[in-house]
Amino acid sequence: MDQHLIYNSIGYPVLSAVTFIPLAGALVALFIKNETMLKLWGFLVTVFALVLSLPLYTNFDATSVKFQFAEVYPWFPALNLDYVVGVDGMSTLLVLLTTFIMPLCILCSWNYIKDRLQEFIFVVLLMETAMIGVFISLNTVMFYIFWEAMLLPMYLIIAVWGGPRKDYASIKFFLYTLIGSVFLLVAIIALYIKTGTFFIPDLMGQNYAFMFQFWIFLACALAFAIKIPMFPLHTWLPAAHVEAPTAGSVILASILLKMGGYGFLRLCLPITPEAVAVCAPYMIGISVVSILAGGYLALGQSDIKKLIAYSSVGHMGFVTLGVFLLNSQGIKGAMLQMINHGITTGALFICVGIIYERTHSREISANSALGMFMPIYVTFLGIFSLSSLAFPGTNSFVGEFLVLLAAFGKYPVVGGLAVVGAVLAAAYMLRLLQKMVWADSDGHAHHGHDEGHHGHEKEEHHLSDLGFREAAMLVFLTIFVFWIGLNPSPILKIMNASVDNLVTQAGADKVVGVTAAMK
Amino acid sequence: MQGLIFIPELAFIAVSLIFFFISLGKPSRAFVQNAAIVLSAILVLASLGGLCEKGSLFYDAYRIDAYSQIFKVIISIGLFLIIFMGYGLRGISEKYHPEYLMFLTISSMGLVFLTSSVELITMVLSLEISSFSLYVIIPFRKTAGFDKQMESGIKYVLFGAVASGISLYGSSYVYGACGTTYFYQLSKIIPGMIATSPMAMIGLLMLMTGFFFKLAMFPMHFWTPDVYEGAANETAGFVATLPKIGAIALLIRLAAFAGVDRPDFVKVLMILSFFSMTIGNLSALVQTDLKRLAAYSSIAHAGYIMIGLLTLSTSGFSAAIYYGAGYVLMNVALFYVIYHVAAEGGNVTFDSLKGLYKRSPILAMTLAVSALALAGIPPTMGFTGKFMLFTAAIEKKYYAIVILAVINAGIAGFYYLKLIRAAYTTTEENIEKTVLPASSYCLGCVLIVGIIAIGIMPQFLIEMALKALETIL
Repeated sequence: MDQHLIYNSIGYPVLSAVTFIPLAGALVALFIKNETMLKLWGFLVTVFALVLSLPLYTNFDATSVKFQFAEVYPWFPALNLDYVVGVDGMSTLLVLLTTFIMPLCILCSWNYIKDRLQEFIFVVLLMETAMIGVFISLNTVMFYIFWEAMLLPMYLIIAVWGGPRKDYASIKFFLYTLIGSVFLLVAIIALYIKTGTFFIPDLMGQNYAFMFQFWIFLACALAFAIKIPMFPLHTWLPAAHVEAPTAGSVILASILLKMGGYGFLRLCLPITPEAVAVCAPYMIGISVVSILAGGYLALGQSDIKKLIAYSSVGHMGFVTLGVFLLNSQGIKGAMLQMINHGITTGALFICVGIIYERTHSREISANSALGMFMPIYVTFLGIFSLSSLAFPGTNSFVGEFLVLLAAFGKYPVVGGLAVVGAVLAAAYMLRLLQKMVWADSDGHAHHGHDEGHHGHEKEEHHLSDLGFREAAMLVFLTIFVFWIGLNPSPILKIMNASVDNLVTQAGADKVVGVTAAMK
Repeated sequence: MQGLIFIPELAFIAVSLIFFFISLGKPSRAFVQNAAIVLSAILVLASLGGLCEKGSLFYDAYRIDAYSQIFKVIISIGLFLIIFMGYGLRGISEKYHPEYLMFLTISSMGLVFLTSSVELITMVLSLEISSFSLYVIIPFRKTAGFDKQMESGIKYVLFGAVASGISLYGSSYVYGACGTTYFYQLSKIIPGMIATSPMAMIGLLMLMTGFFFKLAMFPMHFWTPDVYEGAANETAGFVATLPKIGAIALLIRLAAFAGVDRPDFVKVLMILSFFSMTIGNLSALVQTDLKRLAAYSSIAHAGYIMIGLLTLSTSGFSAAIYYGAGYVLMNVALFYVIYHVAAEGGNVTFDSLKGLYKRSPILAMTLAVSALALAGIPPTMGFTGKFMLFTAAIEKKYYAIVILAVINAGIAGFYYLKLIRAAYTTTEENIEKTVLPASSYCLGCVLIVGIIAIGIMPQFLIEMALKALETIL
């Protein structure tokens, strides 16, 4: 075990603290009655977790491929099972993404959640524990426990605080993910029976028989493909997004979808490399279909949230595409794309939430011509829309560019098709932007002289521009949009060694090996 | 001293007698209730006291070993929880309270005897002691406008009689084939017989049928929904939990007879397990009455437990014991909610759960935790139990049954989720708060913490189960 781990040397058990402080905060929240205090408490707990997680970035040894900040405690000796946590370059970034996004989830619910606030704070904090738990787990059982523990809080977020069709959406979400993940459990047990260990680094790089790998890969891939989600398993996502409250959408888009991509990288690629090598062309095919279908479907949406939800399917298609290109460039692009999507789409959902609180509608036509009334808001909306369509200079550009570069290098046709997806993204995002900023409610471009009628109507709706809290959230996210867009190297630096190590485990040599074996 | 090893049994006999004497007088309701709690707590202490005893009684027909003693502890704790859960016995006429408690104790006593029975006739007698008291108390129910209790009582008697009959018939086969009724001799003869003569295997399977009935396992599951629905909530809580523990205890002993790797035997059990899970889960999907839902879900859970048994391995058996203990806790939690939601002792439907989180957060939370545990979501006992059952089956390469169980777990997720949804998501105006007595409130907390804590830290229970199994394998 020791050869894979660098033990935690910071003054406190950083990973456990970041994971379980939200849980402790959730329990304390059950005893707070005052609503303002509750919101403040939720915010403080998430910010505290964020502060505690910062050493993960500053103290991370980017040159090492070992799992860092590790903690090991005995847990269940009969099954050779320890409590073991640690992070490498990839999981560090995702833990940080989670701790960065969660305070925003509390902030964006500040006025939106009016009833059952106590329970809301409770489940959101519970959710944070479960999500971080997935990223830091170094044994498959803990991975699975945290993975499944996310189900109920997320279900409740949609089912209790969701929109009119919340029942349908929440049950669909629960069942899809549950059925996907129970197969993951079987794979985990089968791996244990084969190797006698649940410790993820020990499961890597063993020479399993090809058919064994194949079944393990299929079982895991089903769970991950549903979570990320890949076409045609994506149908739960738009429903869930549309019905979820803003915080739920942000959690879903920014973090939950990343679980799928992370699962592929953490379990599938290193543990079943030969099966991955054989299945990669098919996965790439599905990814391209996801990119195109997501883009195409987004183009036809009149509901802003649905549009962003379908765009997520497309963006996640880039992630799986990058992952299954199985080279360093592709995987780095995929990782970056995950982080970027977390920032950008999270921000877009916050934007939708802000406007929904004012107009009580998510229809594009009902939220048109906002440029006149909310100049600050539309500025941010513009920035995030451009980021979403991967405009050069913004964060998404770097990730998508890396994936496309890797795709063109390996399969030019795939690269070409993915570019079509990028063009579609430009089409639907610009259409959204055009209608929301300039067009009036009939969809025509707004000209200066015919303001009157609609203008007055909007004013009656009290379309005030962003308040301090809202602007602060968006400024915070904007900083990351440009920081990563203009200078991605600090992010890339953290993951470089880990990704390169992963590629050598799952890389092209396996393809050669398998093809030779098949001949 | 020889008598000491019999302490748990003596305690059960004494407590039954005390209830009998109480029933002769006209005690106040509160006295009976409080006495019941104190006495059942004494039973728990007595079983714990007997935990380390070893020995045999009655010409070796009755064996005290770690295996039987652990089950006795689980049964007495279960009885204590059931009595505590049903404090007030709202569903039972007040004049019957002492008798009711007496029969509950006698039924548990039968189960306690069952766990130590190592001889066929002793086993059948213990089984009948346990069943007869249940035949009596199932129709005990006081609810205006409800007349299904007689029907369910009769159903239980008839099915029980048929099951006992088949069981006896099977034991005569086994005796005919092997020439002995002692388990330790049978365990030497049967493995060889199964390979050569189908009679032993058929006999063994028929013998197990009586316990399939108790476990609500396919094909002896038909009585379950009607009996659960018709019996009072506290009775249903008992029927749903303790007899299953007794059945698991004996089924493990019987399954252990088959020795290792008897493909035909395993195949039959696999088919039974599959049908039990599938029929239970699919039928549960459409239920609106919570007790009927619990009944069908218990049929499904019998199928899961069977996975542990059919592996015929230590890990499978210990997983089955763990799962059985977990099942008691999860079901007590479920019936605790049903009991308290139905203030008048009536049946509970999804409609009666509406807005439960507002009426009583503790009931809603207990319901959610027990539903999650039954669905097998981490970090509850239900998850850990399933995890170990599947591990044992995959170890034996029984992939098909695991995949089928996994699909079933997915289906089951749906109706357990419906419970949580009913309790948490439907809001109604002007709902009256349900105020629970402090003791019931504490019980709810204990159940929640227990289900989660033993799920996260299963080590202790598993080690006990393994230690127990050493004595019978």
